[in-house]
Parts: sequence; structure tokens; C-alpha cells
Amino acid sequence: MVTTASPTLQASSGGRGRPGETWVFVTAGSLLTLIALLVGVILLLTLNGLSVFWPHPIARVTQNDGSVLIGQAWRGEAISQDSSDTDAVRMRTLYRIGNRRELGSEFQWVDDDAVKSIEHPPEIVFIERLEWGPALGTIRGVKRAGVPLADLAPDDFDAFDDLVDEARAERIGALAPRVDEAKLITTLELADGRTVDIPLAAIERIVPANAYGPVDRVLSWCASFGRFISENPRESNTEGGILPAILGTFLMVLLMSLAVVPLGVIGALYLNEYAKQGPLVRFVRLAVSNLAGVPSIVFGMFGLAFFVYTIGAHVDATLFSDKLPTPTFGTGGLLWASLTLALLTVPVVIVSTEEGLRAVPRAQREGSLALGSTRWQTIRTIVLPAAMPGILTGTILAIARGAGEVAPLMLTGVVKLAASPLIDATPPFLHLDAKFMHLGFHIYDVGFQSPNVEASRPIVYATALVLLVFIVILNLAAIVWRNRVRRKLQGSTF
Amino acid sequence: MVNLRMANESQNRIDAALSGTDARLPDVLPTKGHVIGAAQDPRDVTKHAPKIRIDKASLWYGTKQALFDVDLTIHERSVTALIGPSGCGKSTLLRCINRMNDLIDSVRIEGKLTLDGEDLYHRDVEVEILRRRVGMVFQKSNPFPKSIFENVAYGLRIQGVKNRALLDEIVETSLRRAALWDEAKDRLHESALGLSGGQQQRLCIARALATSPEVLLMDEPASALDPISTAKIEDLIHDLRERYTIVIVTHSMHQAARVSDRTAFFLNGILVEEGKTDQIFTNPQRKETEDYVTGRFG
Repeated sequence: MVTTASPTLQASSGGRGRPGETWVFVTAGSLLTLIALLVGVILLLTLNGLSVFWPHPIARVTQNDGSVLIGQAWRGEAISQDSSDTDAVRMRTLYRIGNRRELGSEFQWVDDDAVKSIEHPPEIVFIERLEWGPALGTIRGVKRAGVPLADLAPDDFDAFDDLVDEARAERIGALAPRVDEAKLITTLELADGRTVDIPLAAIERIVPANAYGPVDRVLSWCASFGRFISENPRESNTEGGILPAILGTFLMVLLMSLAVVPLGVIGALYLNEYAKQGPLVRFVRLAVSNLAGVPSIVFGMFGLAFFVYTIGAHVDATLFSDKLPTPTFGTGGLLWASLTLALLTVPVVIVSTEEGLRAVPRAQREGSLALGSTRWQTIRTIVLPAAMPGILTGTILAIARGAGEVAPLMLTGVVKLAASPLIDATPPFLHLDAKFMHLGFHIYDVGFQSPNVEASRPIVYATALVLLVFIVILNLAAIVWRNRVRRKLQGSTF
Repeated sequence: MVNLRMANESQNRIDAALSGTDARLPDVLPTKGHVIGAAQDPRDVTKHAPKIRIDKASLWYGTKQALFDVDLTIHERSVTALIGPSGCGKSTLLRCINRMNDLIDSVRIEGKLTLDGEDLYHRDVEVEILRRRVGMVFQKSNPFPKSIFENVAYGLRIQGVKNRALLDEIVETSLRRAALWDEAKDRLHESALGLSGGQQQRLCIARALATSPEVLLMDEPASALDPISTAKIEDLIHDLRERYTIVIVTHSMHQAARVSDRTAFFLNGILVEEGKTDQIFTNPQRKETEDYVTGRFG
């Protein structure tokens, strides 16, 4: 190839491209990193959150010293080595062996080197109990009032399920009868050969994970997931479902929206439509925007001091004086938490509503005013409908911010375990003064305040996933609504 | 360079085509027994009672004065055209008549404007009632994002009219007067935004007519429309002048000549000359007017 000295259109700097072009890669790289992080978070939550409900196989592990354990492989890790002369990394595996009452601990580490054999016999079951965590073992018969049921095969799990359903009638409320009082009792053989009597009424579910085919596994997964989102928590939140937390979050967000949207929209209307534009209005606007940057715990303190201790105490003194000194509204509750979050999110609504109001064409307002309508009629019939997309955008942002906020709630009414449901059959049906549970707080509580951290770790992931999906659903609903409003407003603009 | 020049040439061609269409219009659209495009002999309306009197009106936007001592009388059932270059104050004057300038905080007005002898800027005047009597059509059509029916009924609804039969009747009458009934009667409850630009502007006229105003202010009503739609609007003005007092701001001298009985020429906020339309266009008394109407201006 012949090169000439004549000027060419190609880069002369050694084929490295133009000097400025590298920045394209840097910007693309940052974006890619962000996307990777986002996908990573979603994948982590989804995989960990959804695998909780999967019926994991139950292993019978025989160790070299002859001891046997039954458990589900939970996680593995490398053992730290003191001497570095062996290259091979030794691993150990944590098994969930259950039977906390009988064995003292629910988990056990097993060195992989010490394992002689691992089997997955189909008759081993995982039993979800009301108390004491799960039990793992082999069912050795069922007694009805002391008499063994002779015609029951050890792998007839359908029959066991029927018996569990039957025994549910023996429960007193949510409590199972004691072993010596129960009519239906099953005998479980543990790994070490001991047998334990468990009242069938104390059993939530029997999962013979090893006997399941693929379809059974999926069905079992669905059943577990369904119960997770439809049941009350048990065992200080480490087991059972999260229904009260879902309901609490939903009601709190609903009440917050009901409070924040009118407040924000009316505020924005005054700022944009009535107030004489000048330094004062500019200052107010700046203050409102800055309010959005105040740490949320500060709002929590304000909510506690203002709503709970001031307004709540006055409400109690005037309306509920017969119950004092037990506070009704003078303590944290659903209403005060919702109002605190409404204050926290009102700047977002004001800012977006103002954007929406500014986007309403001047011609539309003038058209209405020129027909003899008053300012308020114009706002009500022309401006507000046209600003609806902006208002809804504000609502979406407020919901997104409010649904995930935890810190202010801890000061204004969220609890680990709600004593009474928020909605029930006794008037006034919706209990605004009640303490409530919240998905975000539930994650914190189960993850970091739990007596059984290892067992509740998957629930943390599952709850986080539910919270995420919950917020996405709320947002999607609001976005669909906004798009419908937008379509209604749009037409052909020639 | 090459591209720019080509764009220029095609723009010139478009301009030429547009003015050509304008000139040819009479051949295309002879309607209602008179020819659009030819000046319709302006009537002598000075015998009509005066409707609006503007007496030494001055207006300031903040510190900038936009109108200087304007004196103008507008007679009943006449069409008055306000002409002049951009920024000469003709729209500002128009918006004084229905007090749309009230919406701008910095505006200050001096002088006296009366409607049937009543001071428009008196403290006790309810501006909503004034605007019902003085309707307005804007430069760019501004139908509300509602149905055609609701657009026309809007002025009545905000007055609290709920009687469906009355609404139906007034909507039909207004749309007929605005020459839109035949095109709109089968789609009254469809969105007004689905109408064409010209139809939208006629809808805005119908909307203004629905509140039975006595005066109709038109701020360049046809400036955003094609020649055919413009012709329809002008036709409409011709019909409406028997019933309403019309004040129209226009940039098109042809339009002023075609539709108006009297013409007022503004320059830099000063009313230079006012008179019978044919006199303004054929025999202007002032040099500035002559320069402007003959196109020699600027």
C-alpha cells in the first residue's frame, strides 16, 4: 500500500480516533454500569426472594464418624485455613436440620470432607409447624386417640394432608393443643433414630420435597407463595406470611395520597394562579423545593412532636377523655404516620403540579375568561383538567417516595407486630389510631432484629421483592391512569 | 451554502403559490351571491348609534407606553378593522375593550372607554358580565379539549344554564350562525380537537356567539388559516355584521378592505387615521397611512 503526503480524511493520530471520542465510551460505560447494577438488584431480589418457596430437596447426610443428619443444604462457604501448605480449599455446608426443640439448634455446619454419603430418600418430609420452626424426619404412623391408624402407608402423603386438614379443627384460635390433649398425633423419626410425637393440629403443612415431581414442586411453590402473601406472620415474623404488612403499607400510602394530593394541588394553585409573582413567591418556591431535601427522620420527629404529642394529645383530651391515660390518638398510629409522609412528599406534588399548570396554554385560560367565566371557574373547568397529567405525575412520585420510606414511620406508629387489624368488622371499620405493620419496616425488623437471623434471611429477600413489586404496581396503575387522561386531552393539533 | 439557497428558492415558490391562490380565490369560491376577494361596498355606518367610545385611552406595560391618547368611536352593527404593523397597539386596544389586559399585572390604563355609555373601567363593573356582552375570537383557535357541543355550551354552562333543551337550541343556533352546523351536526359529541384548523376557528366564533354578545372582538381570526378557511370566516363576518358590532384586528389589508365598513390605522401606539374603509384605502389623508396601505411602508 502506498501512502502519500497529501491530506486525507482519515485520522492522523495513530488510528486512535479523534481525541474527544473517548468520552463516548466513558458515558456509555457509566450507563452500562448503572443498568448492570439495576439488573443485578432485581435479579438478586427475584432469585433469592422466589427461591424461598421452592421445595428444596431434603438430604440424609452420613458423616465419617457414623453420625447422621437430615437437612436442607442452606449455603456453603470455604473454611479459613491456618496453615497455607495445602492448596485444596476445604468447604463446609450449612444444613437446615430443623427440629429446634429436639436438637437445640436449627442449623448445623458439616465439613464436606467429613461426609461419607448423601441420599435423598423420598419418605423424608419437611414439616412446617406452628411453633418451634420446621421438623424434618420420617413419619412413623399416626395415632387417633391413642390408636394407631393401621391402613396408612408411610408415603401416602395425600392421606397425611387430609389428616392435617382434619386436625385443624382441634386448634384453639391460632394455638395447637398440647401433645397429651391432642386427638390426632403423628410420630416422627429423627435422623438419630429418636422419635417425637407431634400433634397434627400443630402442623401447617407437610412437604415431602424428595417425593415431588416437577409439577408438584411448582404447585408447592405456588401454595407457599400464596400463603406468604395471605397469612399473618408467626414466630416473631420469621415464619408465616406478611399480609398485615402489605395491608398496612397499602392503607398508609392510600391515606397519604388522599392527604397529599389536595394539599399539594391547592398549594400549587395559589402559587401559580393567584399569588402575585415576585421575590416572596420565588422564595416560597425555593423553600418548597428545599423541603424535599430534608432528611426523612426529621419529618418523623416533627410528626411525633406535632401530630402525636400535640394534636393527638388534644384530640384525646377532647374526644377520648374517658379512655385516658391510655392514649388513643396520643400515640403513633396509621393516621399520624400517613400525615407525616404526606408532609414529606408534598413538595414533589407541588413542583409537578406547578409544571402541569404552567403547561396549560395561556390561550385556553384566555378563551375561558373571554367567555365571561370567573377565575375559579376557569381553573376548575379548564386549567385543572388540563393539568391532570402533571398532578398525576406528582402523585406517582409521591407514592414512590412515600411507599419506601421507613425512618419517619418508626417514630409515628409502625410496629413489629400489629396487635389488631387495621380493618375489621367493628366500627369505625378502618382504625386510624391503630399501630400498623409496613413492608419496609418488616424488612428491617426481620433482617436485623430477628431472633433467628439465618432462618429469616430468605424472608427478607421475599419481603423486599414484594415491596418492590408493590411499588411497581402502584406506579403502573397511576401511570396507566395518567396516560388515559393524557389521551383524553390530546387531539389533533393541526 | 447550496442547501440554504435551495431552501430559499422553494420558500419563494411557496410564497408565490400562496399569493397566487389568494388572487385566484374569487374564481374558485363564489358563494352567497357575492364574490369573495372583491371589496364589498362599505356601508356608511355613522348613522348607526355609537356602541363603543374610546376617549383619550393610554396604556402602559410597566413603564413602556403602548397606546397614546386613542380616540375612537365604534358604531353599532358595523365592522371596524384595526390595521397597522406588528407592535402598533391594535391588539392591545382590542383587549382593552373586554378588559383582557386585566390579566397582566403590570398594565395601567388611563382615559375612558364606554360601552353603551357605561364606563368599562368603573369600580362596580363586573368583568364577567362585560365579557359576556363583549365576545372575543383569538388569533389562534383555542377550542377546549372537550366535545364540540360542550365547547359551544361552555359560556352558558358557566352561567349556570342546565336546561338541556335550551342548551341544544342555542348550540344549534350558534353553530348555524358560525356556518359550522352542517359540518358538525353529526359529530357534536366528538372532541373539538378533531376538527380542522378552519373549523376550529369557526367553532370558537360559535362559542363566542353562544353567550349572545353585542360586540365581537376578533384578533387576527384568519391569520393561521388557509385561503379557503379564511374566505369562510370573512363570509361569516359579512353575515354577522347585520346583528353584531364587530371589531377585527388584521394584518391583511385585503381582508380589511373586504370585510370592514370602517378602518383605523395604528402606528407605534398612535391612532393615525380612522375613516370609511374605501376612503382609507383609496384616498388616505395621511402620508403614513398611504405608505402602509400601498405597501411602501418600511
